[in-house]
Amino acid sequence: MTKGHHPSTATRRPDRAALFIAVVLGAIAGLIFWDVSRLAGAAGYSQVGPTTVPYAIACCLLALAIWTGFEAFRGDFPERERQEVAPVIWIVGGLAAQMLLLKVAGFSIATGILFALTARGFGKRKLWFSLPVGIVLCFVVWVIFAKLLQLSLPAGPLERLFF
Amino acid sequence: MATFDFLLQGLLVAAQPMNLLYALIGVTLGTAVGVLPGIGPALTVALLLPVTYRLDPGGSLIMFAGIYYGGMYGGSTTSILLNTPGESASIVTALEGNKMARAGRGGPALATAAIGSFVAGLIATLGLAFIAPYIVKLALVFGPREYFALMVLAFVTVSSAFGDSTLRGLTSLFVGLALSVVGIDQLTGQARLSFGVPELLDGIEVTTLAVAMFAIGETLFIAAQGDKGPDKVEAVRGSVWMSANDWARSWKPWLRGTIIGFPIGAMPAGGAEIGTFLSYAAEKRLTKHPEEFGNGAIEGVAGPEAANNASAAGTLVPLLTLGLPTTATAAIMLAGFQQYGLQPGPLLFATNPQLVWGLIASLLIANFMLLVLNLPLIGLWVKLLTIPKPWLYAGILLFATLGTIGANPSVYELGMLLAFGLLGYAMRVFGYPIAPVVVGLILGPLAEQQLRRALAISQGDYSVLFTSPIAAVLLVIAAAALIVPLILRARGRGEVLSQLAANED
Repeated sequence: MTKGHHPSTATRRPDRAALFIAVVLGAIAGLIFWDVSRLAGAAGYSQVGPTTVPYAIACCLLALAIWTGFEAFRGDFPERERQEVAPVIWIVGGLAAQMLLLKVAGFSIATGILFALTARGFGKRKLWFSLPVGIVLCFVVWVIFAKLLQLSLPAGPLERLFF
Repeated sequence: MATFDFLLQGLLVAAQPMNLLYALIGVTLGTAVGVLPGIGPALTVALLLPVTYRLDPGGSLIMFAGIYYGGMYGGSTTSILLNTPGESASIVTALEGNKMARAGRGGPALATAAIGSFVAGLIATLGLAFIAPYIVKLALVFGPREYFALMVLAFVTVSSAFGDSTLRGLTSLFVGLALSVVGIDQLTGQARLSFGVPELLDGIEVTTLAVAMFAIGETLFIAAQGDKGPDKVEAVRGSVWMSANDWARSWKPWLRGTIIGFPIGAMPAGGAEIGTFLSYAAEKRLTKHPEEFGNGAIEGVAGPEAANNASAAGTLVPLLTLGLPTTATAAIMLAGFQQYGLQPGPLLFATNPQLVWGLIASLLIANFMLLVLNLPLIGLWVKLLTIPKPWLYAGILLFATLGTIGANPSVYELGMLLAFGLLGYAMRVFGYPIAPVVVGLILGPLAEQQLRRALAISQGDYSVLFTSPIAAVLLVIAAAALIVPLILRARGRGEVLSQLAANED
């Protein structure tokens, strides 16, 4: 890990992504404070109730947010490798498609789409090939897990055609 | 003597034909998944958890034991034949093992790893059987405050003692702890952080989080690196058998590795990595062939691989006797227990001795099976290594989502999977460790329960946490484990610690 000890970049430009993380951590702490404050008054005679631990966690998160912000200004975060965005979008798209289609299209078709789009993210461009392969593979998996191991995997038109 | 009787009874349970079959399925699946590049033991166990959903607790835990040992085994094959330094506990094995494979000595490297794992697994599992009853006795005098202190120690060692940044380790841990608060409070029944969403009342599933962080986060991260050309798999040339010279040079490292690895795994210090590094250093110092180190010394495979497996068995000591997971793998195993309403700990030894001892005995059996299974089937495992990346990761996501759908077929659960997958990806990009999130999520509620019990007994007096000698000592060790690495890093001595980073286990 190369830490950003180059004086010119480290002191002049705060790490914006790291600052963003600090803000998110602070926001989570705020969310916990806000939610748990509704429960106040429920603490028993020992003054220790359902709110004690969330408050402690929120305080620690706040401290960590400040520490992160501090490191962001000093440029102490490790340098990040360049990330390719397109493959991530393909795979996230596949997961989203599976999530939305699962009830309508059934396990095999929805997961087959996820399979093909993931392969696309890794560079298999021929969707006309990987999509049928994915659907057939998922159908076999569905038969094994839903019929033999009795896992409850949603059935769709394809599964109803055979069973 | 009593241990012996219990172990014998356990062997009788484990030797029932159905249980033998479960163990066999477990080790086969565990090895097959563990061999796949980029999949460590934690993810292996998380992916295969759904397979065990429909079995009875006994059979499922026995299969689980097989999966755990098989996954550890499979990882070493990957690192010898495919130089994947990213792979958790077998980084050190890759140092010498891959060099041996390149020099055409892949067979003996795999053999010494397999036999070393067997020897270490055997001794360490017996060690587990003999130590467990004593720790159970000790644990029975533990009150809530001692348990709380122990958990604090586990939190610190898992998150911040190793790795390259105290800040990022602690941040991961507290993200996990914050997630652990979501849902209905166990003691008062009040809903916390659920924002009126009924699905959140049950809290966040450990398996969903683990699969999302390890499988989906890792897949996204690998995909985002772009195409860097295919990895080179070393073919296994020549005999897999070790020569007399190989045996002579291997047996001492096996035993030393076991002696180093087991106590480290058994302490709440987190991770098999530390043991493997120490064992490697020891072998390097003691060897009669120092010129071979760095070019494929067999001692450098035998020792660390034994240490790796010995500490894998060692982590079961705190898990079974105290209910304390010290690695991500152990955290997922704990989730496996909890799905049957079993809480590992001293009480489980009293209320369900058959189950516990059956599990320990089946670890011994799984170990034998692995030895028999691995050497002849090595060609098959090598084939698995050559699956092209697109199909491999498409398949990983297929099975990752299959597990989640099988446990709870709802759009909502898949949404959680996607959200935590993206979180896992972002954490990898920024260099945050993953294991503390998982350990925080599962251990958070247990620690909270103990803390509140301790404070309820003392009527809200916080000083009670420090007045018991055991608790005080544990908390002092925890504080030291937090502060000493901070000082080391501030003085620029952090490299050693970041090498010991426990990312996956």
